[in-house]
Amino acid sequence: MPRPGFVLEVDKSTPPILFWRGENFSLEKLPAGRSRVIYAPEPLPAIEDVDGAIRHALLNPIEQDPLPEQLFPGMKLTIAFDDVSLPLPKMERPDIRQRVIEAVLDMAAEAGVDDVHIISALALHRRMTEEELRHCLGDRIYDAFAPRGTLYQHDAEDPDNLAYLGQTPHGEDVEINKRAAESDLLVYVNINLVAMDGGWKSTATGLSSYKSLRHHHNPETMIHSRSFMDQHRSELHKSNWRMGKVLIDSGVKVFQIETTLNTDTFPSPFGFLAKREWEWSPSDRMTYLASTKALKRTPTRLARKIFHSIEAPHQMTSVQAGDVEAVHRITTEHVYKQQLVEVKGQTDILTMGIPYISPYNVNSILNPILVMCMGLGYYFNMYKGMPLVREGGVIIMTHPTQPDFHPVHHPSYIDFFEQVLADTTDPHVMSQKWEKQYAEDEWYKHLYRTTYAYHGVHPFYMWYWGSHALQHCSRIIIVGGDPKTVRRLGFVPASTMDDALEIASDVVGRAPTITHLHSPPLMVADVS
Amino acid sequence: MISENLRGKRIAITGATGFVGTALVERLLFSVPECELVLLVRDGRRTPAAERVRREILKNDAFDRLRKKLGADFDASIMGRISVVAGDVSTDGLGLSPHDAQKFASCDIVIHSAASVSFDSPLDSAVEVNLLGPMRIAELLNAIGPKADGTMPHLVAVSTCYVAGNRRGTAPEELVSAGPFDIGLNWKTEVTAARRLRGDAEAASRAPAQLANFRSQARSELGAAGAPALAAKTEQNRQRWVKDQLVEAGRTRAASVGWPDAYAFTKALGEQALHETKGNVPVSIVRPSIIESALSEPSPGWIRGFRMAEPVIISYARGLLDQFPGVPEGTVDVIPVDLVVAAIVAVAALGPDEAPHITQVASGSTNPLKYRTLVDNVRDWFTQHPIYDAEGQPIVVPDWKFPGRGKVEKQLTRAKTVIAQSEKLLGALPLRGTQAAWSTKLEDRRGDIERALEYVELYGLYTECEAIYSVNNLLAINERMSEADRKTFCLDPRVVHWPTYISTIHLPSIVLHSRVKTTPGKSTLDRSDRLRKQVLDPSRHVAAFDLENTLISSNVVESFSWLATRRLNSPERVRYVLRTLREAPNLLSMDRKDRSDFLRYFYRRYEDAPVQQIEEDSQELLAQLIMTKSFPAGLRRVREHRALGHRTILITGAMSFAVEGLRPLFDEIVAAEMTVRPDGTYSGELAQVPPTGETRAQVLADYCAREGLRLEESIAYADSSSDLPMLEAVGFPVAVNPETRLATIARKRGWLVENWEKASGGPRPRLPLGPMMSEREQKRFSERNKRSSYRSGL
Repeated sequence: MPRPGFVLEVDKSTPPILFWRGENFSLEKLPAGRSRVIYAPEPLPAIEDVDGAIRHALLNPIEQDPLPEQLFPGMKLTIAFDDVSLPLPKMERPDIRQRVIEAVLDMAAEAGVDDVHIISALALHRRMTEEELRHCLGDRIYDAFAPRGTLYQHDAEDPDNLAYLGQTPHGEDVEINKRAAESDLLVYVNINLVAMDGGWKSTATGLSSYKSLRHHHNPETMIHSRSFMDQHRSELHKSNWRMGKVLIDSGVKVFQIETTLNTDTFPSPFGFLAKREWEWSPSDRMTYLASTKALKRTPTRLARKIFHSIEAPHQMTSVQAGDVEAVHRITTEHVYKQQLVEVKGQTDILTMGIPYISPYNVNSILNPILVMCMGLGYYFNMYKGMPLVREGGVIIMTHPTQPDFHPVHHPSYIDFFEQVLADTTDPHVMSQKWEKQYAEDEWYKHLYRTTYAYHGVHPFYMWYWGSHALQHCSRIIIVGGDPKTVRRLGFVPASTMDDALEIASDVVGRAPTITHLHSPPLMVADVS
Repeated sequence: MISENLRGKRIAITGATGFVGTALVERLLFSVPECELVLLVRDGRRTPAAERVRREILKNDAFDRLRKKLGADFDASIMGRISVVAGDVSTDGLGLSPHDAQKFASCDIVIHSAASVSFDSPLDSAVEVNLLGPMRIAELLNAIGPKADGTMPHLVAVSTCYVAGNRRGTAPEELVSAGPFDIGLNWKTEVTAARRLRGDAEAASRAPAQLANFRSQARSELGAAGAPALAAKTEQNRQRWVKDQLVEAGRTRAASVGWPDAYAFTKALGEQALHETKGNVPVSIVRPSIIESALSEPSPGWIRGFRMAEPVIISYARGLLDQFPGVPEGTVDVIPVDLVVAAIVAVAALGPDEAPHITQVASGSTNPLKYRTLVDNVRDWFTQHPIYDAEGQPIVVPDWKFPGRGKVEKQLTRAKTVIAQSEKLLGALPLRGTQAAWSTKLEDRRGDIERALEYVELYGLYTECEAIYSVNNLLAINERMSEADRKTFCLDPRVVHWPTYISTIHLPSIVLHSRVKTTPGKSTLDRSDRLRKQVLDPSRHVAAFDLENTLISSNVVESFSWLATRRLNSPERVRYVLRTLREAPNLLSMDRKDRSDFLRYFYRRYEDAPVQQIEEDSQELLAQLIMTKSFPAGLRRVREHRALGHRTILITGAMSFAVEGLRPLFDEIVAAEMTVRPDGTYSGELAQVPPTGETRAQVLADYCAREGLRLEESIAYADSSSDLPMLEAVGFPVAVNPETRLATIARKRGWLVENWEKASGGPRPRLPLGPMMSEREQKRFSERNKRSSYRSGL
């Protein structure tokens, strides 16, 4: 039986605690008596018969007819799936999406459906490479569909292949992929890694265009999403749900398949990452020492390559299909069961180690803007109830934060860093002053459509993601970050954790309470 | 007396655009009401004489007080009193039209202050201007004859005290030929010899060996910049060589007969020539010593030009020169410009009968400035008001040790040799961008030292001149002047209090003029920012870009390799790489010699390549090679230009299909085009001359002409000296990551230099090879293309 998550009060006997530092990690001694560390629950047991469970879900959907009954010859069937941003790290082959889609395709074949399109629902993310598609869907699906042009990626800038479906009562435009909208059935295959994923967000965001996205991807919505992990208190989700209503009203029929994974994130020898430090075995200690020492000497470029080639052993803990909202309610329960930790009260200082990866830099570089997004957009928002850090408190992250960018994946990020952040770090100001120019830039559109580049507006969204944290906290400190780059982000650089605590002291006093979000794996703090 | 005598007179002036001339024009207009001025000014290369007067004289800050006094009437009232005749004292008849000659010669007074004062002017031009100039004026006046009232115009010629030559003791106010040290030179012989020297040097410079030499110099400076640019540079080198020969000839000839330099030497013979040929023209000569900034008129510290002692002082303040030859107790004969102007005006006012034949304006005999006083004051002043270096740190001035000239020269020569050697070494290395800037820095430093060396040589000669110039005639004039005249036209050298003059008037003025940094801290808006602002001005028309090393750090060989290997399996790849490596030296040397020959040769490899396959693969090329190797700042710049409404044009020797992915950035792409065979394969032959070297300048010019845009309002970005023709053709050239030669050229000409880099952290593939395709894909293609030489002939 896996142990639940818990909160450790740090005392004199507590060993130093593990922090991610990009492509490396460090052990930091937290002050005794006023620090606590939040540990996630241990990985839940996986479903043993994955294919059986999938088949069962498709045949016994929630609040909808079984999938075979919805399939008929001559119909238009579209299968959309979550892109390369999920799961993190990528899972060992076969990917769960491959298994689900293969099951769906089997049923479609039995029903004599031959007009099937498979679309990667990447919204404004970069296109997936052939290798990534093969990893995610398997060679069989790729070789059967890609050469015929029926496996492709959603293009949010292709006016000919977008369908405008109307507005929500709030005046939000709804525009999604034309093929998906005009199909007799849209099957969406999801991986629900965190509580934010899934539901109407799959279709209303993943298959939509900038015109539609801008209504919920903006500073105002982000500030009022408390947090993204709690959909009932998230403006982002309310907007997506309103859009979902428009989809239903326009006759788009969605068969949602959602899956959840356990948090078995890193294979050996990196198993120690998720362990509690006092339970490290001698060999864990050796591995830690050897790998930190070795990584220090490894060129960053190579270290990135090593880390991004890691495939996670995580496994499926649930699969459910049918009506979007009903399915997502069950999915969310499963996610919470794996990730929720009860925490009493807020803290003055929240510390977090930022890893090498985020949903937006798979096989790429966690550039400074993504560092901000990971810290303030993701980790800060890993709460239900109220934020872990009190209003006016301080966030301390650990990450090297070099001014490194991937020229193919993140071209607009480079310009955003040089041009926009040099001008302002205020999400509201930049959305007024700069967003339109980047969103409508022909060159960025061209790169997004023909190469592997994120859309021009994407760095803005990443920055908006942290809007609430920027407003909520009085200081953000990055330990070990490149000083010039950290200052460009509007944060304060510190060379050690002690320095960072010293810098924080003029905001939160000499004896602040400290809370560390221990990752991996992911968790959500239920703060009361 | 003075204003009265000159009231209503017409006064002709030569050399009005010079230091003394400008002050003279201003003083006459300001202090002598109702006189009229006729200015003889040379036509500029682009600006006519009248325009030069407006720009170079009337706009000068000397006229500030007059402008203030007259207000809106300035133009009308001044233009009413000035007329301009276009002419040149170095041509016979002064190059005047008959009408202008009449106008000039009918003046009551002619003040000749035109001279070739630069200490390093070639012997023949010094002879034409300084020696023959005064004589030609007298000749013209004689030819036209007396004015209506039967009198001849009074010629006041400005000369120099240094005509006395290198000597000790008193130099009286008399012709050199009248004194005891005359060695009996004949000016006519000197004129013939100087003209002959010019002819000889011109002939010698055209000898085949010399021409080859100039050409190879040009090549090493410019690289493969194309035939027209190379020809222009070669001719420039030849002309410079001729000039150097004649400068050297002037210096040595002057030294051999006892003058410090060609200026003093030709001036001395000029006085002699004028004396012998003046005919009926009454002549008065005014000889100033070293003229420096104004004591009080038109304003304290007013100075124009920058070539006397100022460069030495500034070099010292910048810490460049810590030694300057001279003896501490020696006299530096300096005289403020307003005193000189007053003396000239006074001589003119006295008229031909009353004025002394020769008047010296100098301070040495009545109010000497000792060398030590000068140096001490300069050092104290700069200690209190230091100049700041580029980092914003104050420069500490060294103690002056008064060494001999030889010692200083030796020190500087040694430093120069060391720097020249390091420069040569750096030049031989294949450097780019920031590293290439080292070499330009060294070159700057060498330039500084060379200049310092020149000053030491030239001014050293002057400090060694220990003659004392008597000023009896000047003092006599002063005696005759009324109290009011002495106030308005002060010419008495005894009024100057040297320490005050140096520290409160002269030094502040020259520091201001030299535009050195006088405030601490780094300057916020540096030169590059200023240039960048000009480049990104909405009024520009076209921005032209080179591709390789300007926008991406890749080349045609890489894109070929990428395309060619995309569909190869592993053993084929290895064979390809080995083969290319074997050929590399050959290809490189070919590229260095002639870019278009190289391209033609290299592009043959595309022969038999299927068009459709290349087009498909080129799409991936954008992501895999071009974007990976791009300079994000460069691409951003292209888009900034577009956002400002400029046209953008890419001019590259790369194949058109390889740059197709960049289409959305540019209004126009000019690239190499290959002909296609009917069977859908490339022929390996280019449709026209690939756009390289001077062709690029032509392409850009044609584009501008076709679209009705202006080249002067255009910007060009390029990385190599082979793009020089294009860079020179536009109004705003920008050197991007320049290689050493272009870095040097850009620095010299003050071009904007951008150092753009690849995104840090991006992938760095070791070899530009296409990614391996899946086996099934490979099989498909290897069957289809089995006999294509594009694939098998790699």
